[in-house]
Amino acid sequence: MSKLLLKLESIHKAFAGKSVIEDVSLSLHQGEITTLIGPNGAGKSTLAKIILGLIKPDSGSRVASSAIRIGYMPQKVTIDPTLPISTVRFLQLANASQQACHDALESMSIGHLAKTPIQNLSGGELQRALLARAILRKPNLLVLDEPVQGVDVNGQNELYKMINSLATSLNCAVLMVSHDLHLVMSATDQVICLNRHICCQGHPEQVTQDPAFIDIFGQTTAVYSHHHDHDHNLHGEVLDETTHTHGADCHHD
Amino acid sequence: MTDFLLYALLAGLGVALVAGPLGCFVVWRRMAYFGDTLAHSALLGVSLGVLLDINLNITIIAIPLTMAIGLVFLEQRGFLALDTLLGILSHSALAAGLVVISLLPDVRVDLMSLLFGDLLAVTKSDLWMIYTVAAAVMALLGLLWKQLINITVDPELAAVEGTNVTLVRTALMLITALVIALAMKVVGVLLITALLIIPAATARRVSHTPEQMAIAASLIAMLTVVMGLAMSWNLDTPAGPSVVISASLLFCLSLAYRRQLS
Repeated sequence: MSKLLLKLESIHKAFAGKSVIEDVSLSLHQGEITTLIGPNGAGKSTLAKIILGLIKPDSGSRVASSAIRIGYMPQKVTIDPTLPISTVRFLQLANASQQACHDALESMSIGHLAKTPIQNLSGGELQRALLARAILRKPNLLVLDEPVQGVDVNGQNELYKMINSLATSLNCAVLMVSHDLHLVMSATDQVICLNRHICCQGHPEQVTQDPAFIDIFGQTTAVYSHHHDHDHNLHGEVLDETTHTHGADCHHD
Repeated sequence: MTDFLLYALLAGLGVALVAGPLGCFVVWRRMAYFGDTLAHSALLGVSLGVLLDINLNITIIAIPLTMAIGLVFLEQRGFLALDTLLGILSHSALAAGLVVISLLPDVRVDLMSLLFGDLLAVTKSDLWMIYTVAAAVMALLGLLWKQLINITVDPELAAVEGTNVTLVRTALMLITALVIALAMKVVGVLLITALLIIPAATARRVSHTPEQMAIAASLIAMLTVVMGLAMSWNLDTPAGPSVVISASLLFCLSLAYRRQLS
C-alpha cells in the first residue's frame, strides 16, 4: 500500500454565505495521480487551495503527513512588467541554487530561456517555467491547477507527457485540476468529479459510466482513447441545476 | 557652504537612499494610490498630534499605520473596489487633517511646509532622526528582501513554499509608513508618492534585476535631491517641488535614452 500523504475529512467551505465546498473527503497517496474535474464554479480551485493549506475550511479536517513537501503550479501568475526578473531568478525564489534552477529549466526543455524576462514567455513556456519551479523542491505532492491552460493542443499533449514522467521519476502524488477530460484520463489513477460535493469518484473507466458524471458531462464513451468534440459540455455550467441532486446516483461515502 | 544647506542636502540624501528601494515596491505592487493615502493620513497625524499634545513622531507613523490596517479590513469586506476605497480614505484623511489644523486655537503649524516639505529648515536633531529611521528601514529591507520579492511575484507560491505572507506584508506596510514620515520633511505630504515612484520608474529603464533597480532608484533619487537643491538655491524656488521637478526631468531623459537604444 502506498504511503498516505494527505487526508481531507468532511470539508465545508462557504464564501459570503454561499456554499462552495460541501462535505468533501479525499485522500492522496504517494505515486498516485488524482484528477479533479468539474464544471466552472464547482469549487475545484478552492478545494486545491484547501489541500495546499492556503484556505482554511469552515469545518472538517485536513491532516497532512509530516514528511509532506508540496510543489504547486498555480493556474496563472501575473507579474507586473515593471519588475525586472529573469526566468531563472523566478525559479530561485523557491530557495534553490542557481544550478538546480538551470537543471529544472533544462528538464522542461526551456533551458535557453533562463535569462529571458519571465513576462516575455509565451503561455506554454510560462506553464513549463511554473512546472519547473514546482518540482525544484523535490515534492512528494505536486498540485497542478489547470496546468495546460492557454496552451495549444500539441503543447498540451507534451505537457501531460512531462507531468506523467515527472510523477514517475519523483514518485510523487499528483493532484491535477482540470475541466478537460480526454487528455487527462488515460494517465489518471483516480478521478474525482466535483460539483461542490463529490459526485462520483474512482477509476476513469468507472467514473465515465457513472450516472452522476453523465448528468454533468454528458455521455462520453471511450473518452481517453480518441478525441471527441464535446467541448460544449466541458466548458459550460451545469445546464440544469435542479436535475442534479444528492441521491441514489451519488457515490460519495 | 552654509550649515542649513548642508543639513538640507544630508537630509535629502538620507531620505532618497530609502525612497529608492521602497519606491520600487510601490511600483511593482501598484501601491501608488496606497502611498498617497498613507501620506495624506500622515497630515492628519500631525494635526492630531498637535491637538492632543502627543509627540508628532509617534502620530505621524501611528495614524498612517491605523489607516493601513483599516484599509485591509475594508478591502476584505469587498463591497467597494480598492481604488474607490483608497480615494475615500485618502481624501477624507487630507480633509480631516486640514480641518483639525484650522481648529487649533493658536496656529503653531506651518501648513505649507507640511504640504510641500521644508527641506531648508532641517535641524541637526532632524538629521539624527532621519538617519536612525533610514538605517532601520534599510536593515528591515535587507533582512526581508528575498521574502518581499517573493510575495511581490506571487503570494500564493510564496505561501506554499513556506513564507509567512501576512508577516512580510505587514512589515512592508510598517516600512512604507516609516519612509512616508521621513519623506514628509523633504517633499511634504502632497508630493511623497512622486519621490517614491518617479526615481523607481526611471530606474526600471536601465535595470535587469530587482536589486539593480533598487540601487539605481536610490542613486537617481539622490541625484534629484542634489539637482532640486541646486535649483532651489539658484532660482529661489521651493525645495520640495524642485526635487520632484528634477525627478520628472530625469524620467523624461530616460525615455529618450531608451529610444536611442532601440
